[in-house]
Amino acid sequence: MKILHCPINGPRPISEFIFGGEYRTMPDPDTCSDKDWADYVHNRSGGPGVKKEWWYHAPSGTWIIAERDTGSDQVMATYLPNSITKEATHE
Amino acid sequence: MPLRLLKYAFSKEHPDPAFFTQPDSLKHSYDAVIIGGGGHGLAAAYYLAKDHGITNVAVLEKGYLGGGNTGRNTTIVRSNYLTPEGVKFYDTSVRLFQELSEDLNLNLFYSTRGHFTLAHTESAMRTMRWRAEVNKHVGVESYVVGPDDILKACPQIDISCGGNAPILGALYHAPGSIARHDAVAWGYARGAYQRGVDIFQSTEVWDIKTSGGKVVGLNTSRGFIATNKVLSAVAGFTPRITDMLGIRTPIVIQPLQACVTEPMKPWLDTILVSGSLHVYVSQSSRGELVMGASLDPYELHSTRSTLDFVEGLSGHILDMFPFLSNVKVVRQWAGMADMTPDFAPIMGKTPIEGFYLDAGWGTWGFKATPVSGKTMAETIAKDQAPELIHSFRLSRFEDYELTGEKGAASVGH
Repeated sequence: MKILHCPINGPRPISEFIFGGEYRTMPDPDTCSDKDWADYVHNRSGGPGVKKEWWYHAPSGTWIIAERDTGSDQVMATYLPNSITKEATHE
Repeated sequence: MPLRLLKYAFSKEHPDPAFFTQPDSLKHSYDAVIIGGGGHGLAAAYYLAKDHGITNVAVLEKGYLGGGNTGRNTTIVRSNYLTPEGVKFYDTSVRLFQELSEDLNLNLFYSTRGHFTLAHTESAMRTMRWRAEVNKHVGVESYVVGPDDILKACPQIDISCGGNAPILGALYHAPGSIARHDAVAWGYARGAYQRGVDIFQSTEVWDIKTSGGKVVGLNTSRGFIATNKVLSAVAGFTPRITDMLGIRTPIVIQPLQACVTEPMKPWLDTILVSGSLHVYVSQSSRGELVMGASLDPYELHSTRSTLDFVEGLSGHILDMFPFLSNVKVVRQWAGMADMTPDFAPIMGKTPIEGFYLDAGWGTWGFKATPVSGKTMAETIAKDQAPELIHSFRLSRFEDYELTGEKGAASVGH
């Protein structure tokens, strides 16, 4: 992957982006167990596959979500995060 | 070609010395199975046989021996870590390494060079002082030196780094060494084989079978094996193995790249590391400069190489050694580093009985080959991890008892 498509700025070189890690849903800290919270804080899905990831376009200050295969490094889709964060808050 | 030489080559009288012979097929069951025929897995097999008399052991390697991160690192051995637990652990490894050529009866080209971690900022100097104090406390020879001492050991260096990042001082670590990494894997393989261990290359593990939370066997590309003890020592493939068992870990895979230059006459005696410039460099016994940098910036399960890496690294090397501008890079490659959030490994028991992990070796695994083999062999034999690796247990992430070693990583990852 050398170019990532930013939903705001179009295709930009990968060097303009900062990887922000896997997109994860936070459990409710008031109700979840200590074990679940520790799992959320530390553990990751480490295997290869298509994952939703946070990416930051540094020059424009834009956080985006990329769906990327971490095995083949192919990007399936990129979009602004509000679509999935809305979903998460409705849960 | 003289006829005699041809006759000699074809005669059966003087066969090639084979390090091991692969059996035709798997046994139905083994006392222990080790997944991963790299340095760590083979060392564990060797010490299981040598220290604990457990010889009914199989080592399964998907590719070829030492073809993973064992053959892809920059071969630096050191123990100048940041936490007392880390320093003790890696110091044990350095001591084992010093005797290893003798122990394995194989020349590992182990070469003690002295190791400078260069500091270009005041905050880096502070970390160097910290590491020096912890090292001294545990009995490891490390101390802070000034630019003059660096110049004495390496007169070729541009101490101002082109004026961009002047070197203020360094952490000097006397036992810092390099070794021939393939030989380490092959030496352990031969030693294990001579004691009765079966080694299988081109053998992939497909699935690990459990019953009531205990390991009962594995499905492999060569058939089923019944066993109650399985060690995973597969570095960048660890998540694929732990996913088979539903074990959650913090491991994330990121490529780490390295390269070598064409061979030169010997001029660089020491090992030099610069955290600020993201460079480590030493000269191999063949005369090549062996160089590495920091991790690639995002998760990827691949060993592809990039121009970005070699471009960035060359720029920084030229800051330190401008006279290298005509020297060519002849090879570059990558390994899959299994990174943990605290830059310490994950070793020992897991929630599945009989399944042991030797993982999370990120960018720091080669130097720990002997000690990880020894401690994992003890863990498997006694079903209990020795005190030396207690701080590296998987459950530390549940207990929030991390072992912060990021400050001792060779370059700021």
